[in-house]
Amino acid sequence: MSSTENQAPETGTARVKRGMAEQLKGGVIMDVVTPEQAKIAEDAGAVAVMALERVPADIRKDGGVARMSDPDMIEGIIDAVSIPVMAKSRIGHFVEAQVLQSLGVDYIDESEVLTPADEVNHSDKWAFTTPFVCGATNLGEALRRIAEGAAMIRSKGEAGTGNVVEAVRHLRQIKGDIARLRGLDNHELYAAAKELRAPYELVKEVAELGKLPVVLFSAGGVATPADAALMRQLGAEGVFVGSGIFKSGDPAKRAAAIVKATTFYDDPKIIADASRNLGEAMVGINCDTLPETERYANRGW
Amino acid sequence: MSNTPVIGVLALQGDVREHLIALAAADAVARPVRRPEELAEVDGLVLPGGESTTISKLAVLFGLMEPLRTRVRDGLPVYGTCAGMIMLADKILDPRSGQETVGGIDMIVRRNAFGRQNESFEASVDVKGIDGEPVEGVFIRAPWVESVGAGAEVLAEHDGHIVAVRQGNALATSFHPELTGDHRVHSLFVDMVRAHRTRE
Repeated sequence: MSSTENQAPETGTARVKRGMAEQLKGGVIMDVVTPEQAKIAEDAGAVAVMALERVPADIRKDGGVARMSDPDMIEGIIDAVSIPVMAKSRIGHFVEAQVLQSLGVDYIDESEVLTPADEVNHSDKWAFTTPFVCGATNLGEALRRIAEGAAMIRSKGEAGTGNVVEAVRHLRQIKGDIARLRGLDNHELYAAAKELRAPYELVKEVAELGKLPVVLFSAGGVATPADAALMRQLGAEGVFVGSGIFKSGDPAKRAAAIVKATTFYDDPKIIADASRNLGEAMVGINCDTLPETERYANRGW
Repeated sequence: MSNTPVIGVLALQGDVREHLIALAAADAVARPVRRPEELAEVDGLVLPGGESTTISKLAVLFGLMEPLRTRVRDGLPVYGTCAGMIMLADKILDPRSGQETVGGIDMIVRRNAFGRQNESFEASVDVKGIDGEPVEGVFIRAPWVESVGAGAEVLAEHDGHIVAVRQGNALATSFHPELTGDHRVHSLFVDMVRAHRTRE
């Protein structure tokens, strides 16, 4: 036995960043605003928490500009739990991302839930050691984010609504776009790349793999165990739950129930048991009454 | 009994798919295991990478912890990577309250010992029993082994810390060979499963 020390260990590689997301698969990532909520999430079996000052439902209610959270608050959550901690930066606000990296968060979500800082450019995510997750509504958007260095993708859905309809729409769109690529020959992939506004190399890779080259989660509107299982059955490798847990009547119980339903997403009996007596779900918003300007999914380019 | 062993991957949470692919490439029949009756049908089991606290909780919740302990005690070949290594440790140095392990290897592990995600790294590792080039070690918020008992054999170290251990039919690595496309560690485990079947 000997240890090889001639090569210096390398941090921040694509394999280490994407590999981190692989470890989260089959799990639930929960929005939390306090260390106490983070502990409830961890005890319920969350694979990671998203530290933020206000859950999307409150960002909607309060209005105004939504920004990166207070470093003290993020550090308080990092200290409270042993599972990975994620935090959000505004789209294109690479200095917020630099701050989050310096705080030692495990993943940065360049998120449309916060008010965008740049209406043309997203952050150059290759420049960071900390991996990024980004939202997408279709395959082209997902591949543009991956080209910029995202190591994980989540379908956007419509955060803070408690309505799963947009999450379903976006995940179906991404999966459908991938299925269509599978049917194309080599000549057609060039035109497909142009239509998708995505790099040809990535388009070709997806056509060959039949999946994204990074992990795909679902987000934005999951409020019940059955919602989480639905997203898994539609092909999400895991789910983000934002307002759905801590805006409900019994967060600890609902969190544990959503974890169970995410693991046994194809077992209706277990989903039924998990759905019993959860108390009140978050109220929810009808997405067709939501004005265009209040749709977070439209943010990002 | 055909000569191809059936190897399960504990599929409560984690990088299950990558292990299924690596096992198939190493000439095993690989299948996910989430229920006690599925566990009863396999010749060997992989405990994947993931969140050890989550996997431990789900195993207790769905009645898998005791069957897992019984089968491992009875000699079922098992291989754990990262979170799976933690699950195979007889003792965790810094467990979360209520965090249980399957056990099977007389060792004490320290969770996230190499640091948070920003400290996650790749490095080549010489593993005893793996011929040729060193293994590409992918360490993600990885644990290390603080100490092993007399029955456990250290197979690899990195930077002075133990990162691979074997005790009888149980194998554990801090790193993730399933993320590299190099299936030699999985082949070593499949050989362990084959040898065990032959003995029985």
